[in-house]
Formats: sequence, C-alpha cells, structure tokens
Amino acid sequence: MTERKIRIMVAKPGLDGHDRGARVLARAFRDAGFEVIYTGCHQSPEQIATAAIQEDVDVVGLSCLSGAHRYLFPRVVELLKGRGAEDITVIGGGIIPEADFPSLYEAGIKAIFTPGAKLDAIVDWIRTTIVPRN
Amino acid sequence: MNMYFFKETLKQSSDLTRKWEDEVRRSAGTAIEQKARWSTVSDLEIKPLYTPEDIAQTDFSRDIGVPGEFPFLRGNQATGYRGRLWTFRMFAGMGSAKDTNARWHMLLKGGQTGLSTAFDFPTLMGYDSDSPKARGECGRCGVAIDTLEDFLTLMEGVPMDRVTTSMTINPPATVLWAMYCAAAEHKGVPLTGIGGTIQNDMLKEFIAQKTFMCPPEPSIRLISDTVEFGAKHVPKWNTISISGYHIREAGATAIQELAFTLRDGIEYVEDVIRRKRLAVDEFAPRLSFFFNAHIDFFEEICKMRAARRIWAKVMRDRFHAQDPRSLWLRFHTQTAGCSLTAQQPYNNVVRTAIEALASVMGGTQSLHTNSLDEVLALPSDHAVEIALRTQQIIAEETGVANTIDPLAGSYFVEALTNEMESKAWEYIEKIDAMGGMIAAIDKGFPQMEIADAAYRFQTAIDAGEKVMVGVNKYATGGNYQIPVVEIDEQVEVGQIERLRSVRRRRDSRAVRRDLDDLKQACKTGENVMPFCIDAVKDMATVQEICDVYREVFGEYRDPGLY
Repeated sequence: MTERKIRIMVAKPGLDGHDRGARVLARAFRDAGFEVIYTGCHQSPEQIATAAIQEDVDVVGLSCLSGAHRYLFPRVVELLKGRGAEDITVIGGGIIPEADFPSLYEAGIKAIFTPGAKLDAIVDWIRTTIVPRN
Repeated sequence: MNMYFFKETLKQSSDLTRKWEDEVRRSAGTAIEQKARWSTVSDLEIKPLYTPEDIAQTDFSRDIGVPGEFPFLRGNQATGYRGRLWTFRMFAGMGSAKDTNARWHMLLKGGQTGLSTAFDFPTLMGYDSDSPKARGECGRCGVAIDTLEDFLTLMEGVPMDRVTTSMTINPPATVLWAMYCAAAEHKGVPLTGIGGTIQNDMLKEFIAQKTFMCPPEPSIRLISDTVEFGAKHVPKWNTISISGYHIREAGATAIQELAFTLRDGIEYVEDVIRRKRLAVDEFAPRLSFFFNAHIDFFEEICKMRAARRIWAKVMRDRFHAQDPRSLWLRFHTQTAGCSLTAQQPYNNVVRTAIEALASVMGGTQSLHTNSLDEVLALPSDHAVEIALRTQQIIAEETGVANTIDPLAGSYFVEALTNEMESKAWEYIEKIDAMGGMIAAIDKGFPQMEIADAAYRFQTAIDAGEKVMVGVNKYATGGNYQIPVVEIDEQVEVGQIERLRSVRRRRDSRAVRRDLDDLKQACKTGENVMPFCIDAVKDMATVQEICDVYREVFGEYRDPGLY
C-alpha cells in the first residue's frame, strides 16, 4: 500500500512581502517528500481558504511578518470552518510575539513557529501530527 | 601598467610564503586548522593568508587611486568623513502620522541629521486604510498615510528647507513624493529648496521585497517620470535609491546583492535615456544606492568599495558620462535585520555596532542602525536611542573617521574587493546576455539565485556549519524579556475616521477631474508627476491614485517561485 503524501500549502496572507521564510520552508517541505503548493505573496484569507479546499491539502502553513497575524490567521481558520473544512490543520509562523500565542491557539492555530525554529523540527512536527486525509 | 610592488618584494613574498606554507604543513599534526573550509557569511572561501602576490596585478592609479578621483574606490569625496560625516538617518514610522512625527522629533533632538520614513503595508501597496485588503495592517509596520492631510501632520515642525527626508516607498512613490512637494509648497519652501530620497526602485521589489503593484515595464516608466521631473524641477532630490538591502535580506549573498543592485541601476539608466531622451549627466548625479551591512565584517567593506569602482566604470565606459558626479555611487546603508536574533536580543546591539563599523569602513554616506528589538517588533524609544548612539560613538569616539578608507592597501581587503568585483561582473554580463534585468526577472533568474542562497544558508545554520550565537550555539540562558512596542488597535479606527472625514470635506468633483487627467497622462506617456501633485492637493487618496495606475497598467501577481 502506498501511503498518500502529506499535502501542504504554504501561504502568505495580507500585504506582507517578507517571503524568505515561506520560500525556504516550501523547499524544505518539498525535500522532505511533501506535496507543496506555494501561493506567493499578497493572498487574502478568502483566497487562501478557497485554494486550500480546491487543492485538498492536509495542512496550511501561514507566514506573516507584518504584525497582521492577529487578524489574518484566525480569519483563515474561521473561513475553513465555515466551508466545512475544519479538518485542514492550520499552522503559522513569522514575527509572532509570544503574548499572541494563547489567542491564536484558541482561534484554532495548531502550532506556531518563530525565528530560530529548525527546518527539521517543523517537518517532524508535521510528520508526527498530520495523518494525510483520504 | 605600473607594477604595484618591486620585483624583489614579490620574490621575497613568494619565498616567505612558501616557507610559511611548509611550516604550516609540517606542524599540521599538532596545529591542524579547526575546519576544512573557511568562508564568509555568503560562503565565499577565504584563504588563511593574503600576501603581495594576491594583488600583484594591481595598478595603483587605475585600481586604487585617491578619494574623489576615478575609480572612486576610496570614496567620492576628496575629504572623506573629515569634510562631512555620514548622515545619521534612522528609519522610523509607526502608527499614525502624529505618532511618527513625535518619534522624528525625538530623533532630531537626539542628534539625528536626516529623516527616514517607514510606511505601513497598506500605504506601501497603494491601499487606503479602510480597504478590505488593509485589515489588520494599519500602522503596524510603519506610518499610515492616506491623504495630504496625514502627510502635513507627519511633517509638522520639520524644517523642510534644512532637513533631508528619505521615504521608503516604491509602487506609490509618485504619490508620496507628490505629497512631499505639496507639503513643501504649503510651508512656503520651493521645490528647488527641498532635498531627500524616494526609494522608488521597483526592480528589487520583483526580485526580493515583493511590494509590487503594476508589471515591471510600466513600473519602470513611472520611475523614469520621477527621474525626469526631479532633474527638471527638484534638483536636490534623489529620485531613486537603487537597493541591495532587500535583495540581501531575502537571502542573497553579498556578491548577488552587489551584482543585482548595480544591474538594476543599469536598467534604470537605460530606460531614462531611451524613454526621456535625457543625457546621462542630466540625471545620473541624482541616482543613489542603498546597501545592507551584514555581519561578515570584511566582506561588507569590500562589497561597498567594489560597488563604487564598478559603478564608476559602468558610468564611464557603458554610458560615457562626463560629469564626475555621474560616476559617484552615493549610498545609504542599513545594518542587517536578518542577522539579528530573537534569542538573547541584547546581543543585537553588538552585531549592529560591528555592522555599522563595517559600513563606515566601506565609506557609506548615510546610515541606519537597527535597534536590538527590531527582530520582534517596531523599535522602542530606548532601543532606538542606543542604535543612534552606536553611530555617534563610532563617529566621534573611535577615531575611525580620522583617515579616509583606512583599510586600503591591505593584501586581503584589496584581493577580496577585486574578487567580489570580478564575480559581480560575471553576473552583470550574464544578465546582459539574458536581455537585461526585466528579462531576467521574467525568467525568474535573480529570484531563484536568491532562493538557492537562502536555502543553503538555512541548511548550514541547521547543520551548525554557520553559527548564529544564541540560536544554534551558546543557546543557553540569556533570554531576557525586553519591552516590546505594541501598536494599539485604535490606530486603525482613528485612521479610518480621519480618512472618511477628509472624503466628506473635499471637493469630490475636483478629485474626479484630477484622476481623469492622471489617467490620460498614464495613457499618453506624459509625465505623471504634475498630475499627482494636483490630485494630492485636492485630497485624492493614495489608493485612488494607485487605482488609476492599476486600471491603466494592470496588476502584477507574485509568481510564487521557491
């Protein structure tokens, strides 16, 4: 039996253009054997939710360095829920102050990775947490 | 060619170096080097020892010379920092125009000598604060500006005839510059009396920073409009700051930063000459540059020295400039945000000091030093003060400004400068062969070169091959909590209220007319600047003007290369 590969969408919500982390991660996920979709910059939460559903991904990884994560991250989770796709795991990263972690977790973000996180650690978290959906 | 060294010196150097090599080899059993390969932060391999042989091909007057003379390796000004120090120019912008104005006055009081504006993302991308796309971003990464009214608040109490202001603004550069011109008029300062810089460099946006609006071709046309308008009406304004900073922050190596930035510069010069029929000397003296000062001390110094020499050759040999000022590569520097760490944040003060010192040794004309907390949020008053004082200590205590280009003649520094120059030329020639930078961007060439370098660096960090103190080495303890600036949610509310109030009060028919005229100019190729100035005076918003551009020129979408 061949196991279905983990499908991950790396997404840049909002107007932020700092995409170094997102692009490095997209490549790390690809090298880890995941199927990767990278949205590019400047996606609205609506565009991200729609694309995540259309692409049938297991995970959405949001990256934001502008400080707008407080609005944008929960909004993506909310839109996915509203469209019956609450089984898509949403994780986030970027410049996220620790003080914001509790409210983001409460809003349904499953993990937050900030500067200094190793690529392997992020890949491992996904491997151990995510079961590819059928 | 004049020999840089006497034959006897080279012979002695060769003999002694061979002897030294033998000695090293003999003692390798006891004093083996700690690693097999030593390299810069950009992974450029460095030899254990540099000797006269490494720069034996140097011709002193052709390759080194004196400050103020071709090839300007040692600086544009004959008197270096003794004639004039670099400008202390801290990048600042936060919350509302009023908040930012307060920070500016704090900096000016603290001895800052020039202003530099950080705008928030909606302003940078040409959206108003009440656009659905702006939600959650207002005032977070910089100051929110929607109309001239905000801009006048920003400039409150700023002596526009004496202080120069830099504005980091790209797709809407015409709009914000128009506001600056209108604000000067409002204060009774003529356009010939204002000085400053708009970043206005779109090529590096497509390559690295990703703040874009229209496709490359019309984006460059708008830039050429500003260059022409500046050359004719605002002679002391730098209408472009050709930027390597963001290219480097996106993960490029020092050589990629150097090469892509200068090749971008070539693209702009070609466009102005072709489109505006200006002679190169009519506008080239107002081109300015912006580099990153990363943590690898010598690599940065050599990059800056090489940049001046390459640009002087480009302007002389490729564009046949006659005015010596056209050959000058004048640049601002910012210490590397990406070298700072969220872990053990106080260490960032040390990193920034070393990077600032490299900028000064490299001969920068203007400098922003990052604050220790910028890796977490916008900087606090206290952190900014330390960063500004860092520059002042370098300028006035260390003595490094006493003499011009103090590292010139070092075997290592000259050899590394030469090596970086020749590797940059290889890239420049490669991009020439692709048909120029726009063609290269269309192919994804610079984007992928940077993506490769960024990925290599990250994997080297993860493997411990490159060290970031506090992150992958010496990571224990020291995680002191530092106060972090928060932008109040009320900033967005207040900004939207102000914007709506302006919309109610203004003459909407006049705005409509201005925007129609602007649209016409966009289509006919007439210079957009006078139309922008009229529109902002009638309180057209940033987005209204940018919507005209988007409508006429179309929108660019990130191809999402990785």
